[in-house]
Amino acid sequence: MQIGLISLLDGLVYGMLLFMLASGLTLILSMMGVLNFAHASIYMLGAYFAYQISRWVGFWPALVLAPVLCGLIGAAIEVWGLRRVHHNGHIAELLFTFGLVFIIGRAVQMVWGMLPMPYRVPAGLDFPLFTLYGENFPAYRGFMLLVSAGMLCATWLLLKKTRIGLIIQASLTHPGMVSALGHNVPRVFTIVFAGGSLLAGLAGVIAGNYLTTESGMADAMGPIVFVVVIFGGLGSLAGCFIASILMGMVQTFSVVIDYSFADLLKPLGITLTANDLLGEILTIPVSRIGPLVPYALLILILLFRPRGLLGTRET
Amino acid sequence: MSDAAQSPDVRVLHPAQSRTRSFLIWPWLIALAIAVVLPWLFYDWQHARHAGFVLSMLSQMGMMVIFALSFNMLMGQAGLLSFCHSVLFGFGGYSTVHFLNAAGAGELPVPMELMPLLAGFSGLGLAIVVGYVASKQRSTAFAMITLGIVQLVTTAATMFHHFFGGEGGIKTDREIGISLFGLEYGKSIEVYYLIVAWMMIAAAAMYYHTGTPLGRMANACRDNHERAQFVGYDPRVVRFLQFALSGFFAGIGGGLFAITYEIVTFDAVAAPLAANALLMAYIGGATTFVGPVLGAVLITAMQSGVSLMSNSWLIYVGVLFIAMVTFAPAGLTGIIVAHTPIARAGLLHRLLLPYLRLLVPALLSLFGFVGVVELLSFLTIGAAQGKQLALFGHPLDIAGTTPWLVSLLCLFGGGYWLLREAARFRGVWDNLTAALPRAGAA
Repeated sequence: MQIGLISLLDGLVYGMLLFMLASGLTLILSMMGVLNFAHASIYMLGAYFAYQISRWVGFWPALVLAPVLCGLIGAAIEVWGLRRVHHNGHIAELLFTFGLVFIIGRAVQMVWGMLPMPYRVPAGLDFPLFTLYGENFPAYRGFMLLVSAGMLCATWLLLKKTRIGLIIQASLTHPGMVSALGHNVPRVFTIVFAGGSLLAGLAGVIAGNYLTTESGMADAMGPIVFVVVIFGGLGSLAGCFIASILMGMVQTFSVVIDYSFADLLKPLGITLTANDLLGEILTIPVSRIGPLVPYALLILILLFRPRGLLGTRET
Repeated sequence: MSDAAQSPDVRVLHPAQSRTRSFLIWPWLIALAIAVVLPWLFYDWQHARHAGFVLSMLSQMGMMVIFALSFNMLMGQAGLLSFCHSVLFGFGGYSTVHFLNAAGAGELPVPMELMPLLAGFSGLGLAIVVGYVASKQRSTAFAMITLGIVQLVTTAATMFHHFFGGEGGIKTDREIGISLFGLEYGKSIEVYYLIVAWMMIAAAAMYYHTGTPLGRMANACRDNHERAQFVGYDPRVVRFLQFALSGFFAGIGGGLFAITYEIVTFDAVAAPLAANALLMAYIGGATTFVGPVLGAVLITAMQSGVSLMSNSWLIYVGVLFIAMVTFAPAGLTGIIVAHTPIARAGLLHRLLLPYLRLLVPALLSLFGFVGVVELLSFLTIGAAQGKQLALFGHPLDIAGTTPWLVSLLCLFGGGYWLLREAARFRGVWDNLTAALPRAGAA
């Protein structure tokens, strides 16, 4: 039970973090059709910027400045990069972001070095918020939840209650009609790309000191965010949210479950040994195959429900 | 931006102009001759041995040519972007290690020369399973399924020990003592010729495939899958067959990989290798058959050569890649193909001077770019490794201002000059291509 509650909270924190990354990506993907590989790289940039800025002026300015910087970089990528390759088709756009991954990954190593950065939780938040069954829940995790929940509300309000949100929603499904009505669709694209990058940067800022800030963090986060986006379904932020929380829970809970499939069979009087490949698959504890689960879920959902959980159209 | 996209003229493809599928034998003979002779150019006659570095690089090129060509069966031919191609390659490799171990123990009486064929069949087997899943979708969704598959298999490969050997991978010994020609395969030159033989066989088979009805239908489904459906073909079946066949050839490549290195680890199935195939096919040019071959040779040479000289080689690859995507989406061979109508009109000499004018600022800005990147990377990474920066053979002091100033000046000055020359060049090019139809009519 105690493990359950703490894991539940951790899963929620991780899920909200995933949502912050995935919401931007899902908007970019469903609106522009660009599978943006550089999204996780922007997230990494956010963490590095936050580290650098917090060394100069402190964590709180970094919380604002680093995401804004990431948003500007995103806008620059869209205006000077993606728009130029747009007429070469979706594959060219995808490959363009693919090249960016190499460049950003290496540039980060060139500027900050290969070692993990000593990017720490700010002293003002470095205390246990409450104690649950003898285990501390750090205040910083509560802060992360707060920031991501605030971000969720802000995005929701922006999309549902403002004029620009309406235009963005319309451009998601009918870009031709929106531009026929006199709206500047390319500018909407830029805004969405910059906004998505801003959210990714924000995720980097608050995750950089919770996880570690190192040059491999983009590769660690990238695939799982893709899983979330596809699992949730294109064009649906609600689906993306559910998928994020689900993946966060799956990832945290699978670490603490120490049972294997073979243990399920034991009451039936079947005992297995890890002598061959099948036996090994069945006897390996869930905590070790945890990293496999999201990808298996992804393939399953694409097979049986190609539009994803709440997707509005086929991917 | 693109001149091709804006040109209003619609060109009717005359039967004589359309690509004829006659099988020309001489390009293949030339390629074979080059592949056979190449290692002897680096032969160390004094010590009577082969240059190990060159030989291993050439072997790597051989298997990468197969790999990139089989990848292009999906990307170029069928318009399917697969990120799990490394899985098929790596599976061929893993199986070959098990086959070789079995053959070494006397349980599998298969000669060494046919091992890649077995590897191909295991690649085919996995591709049938994976392809059944992946071919349900097309375009972006297909790419994302394959992304899931590659992550799934890579994670599984580090986890399970019986087939994959966990993180350490599995080892073998290629001297199994069974051979059609009585060879031991102890020397790497023998393995190299085995690779060349299989490379030629696989490449010829893949070239033949481009002309078969299936290859043509793959093109049709790439260009307009709805129309292909109306004609009466099921695009899903086409995708599935194409995927399975490309898995067969990727498996052959993986088998040669296992034979050459005698060890296969999870790196052989992981996403970076699939990304490599993408780089090769795209930079070489996915629209032509020889494009991936060119790309494989070039990228492998860069990987072996440049990565020895510089530790920021990925940045060069990234910049090259972005430049190609932006300015030459048809790849290197695409650039060459764009010149053929000009060459046919006999006007190629008029491009010589503009190209020379382009070359000077291009080299200058390249020099500046390399300088800036290397200086920057030595500030952090190189300093940590305690190395001394030597650029173009000269040791440099990274703390001094002169190298920085020169590099930045070259980069920005050269870049500006390059932009101006590029605009000029575009004018010359447009004039030439505009003159072409008139020349053809007259």
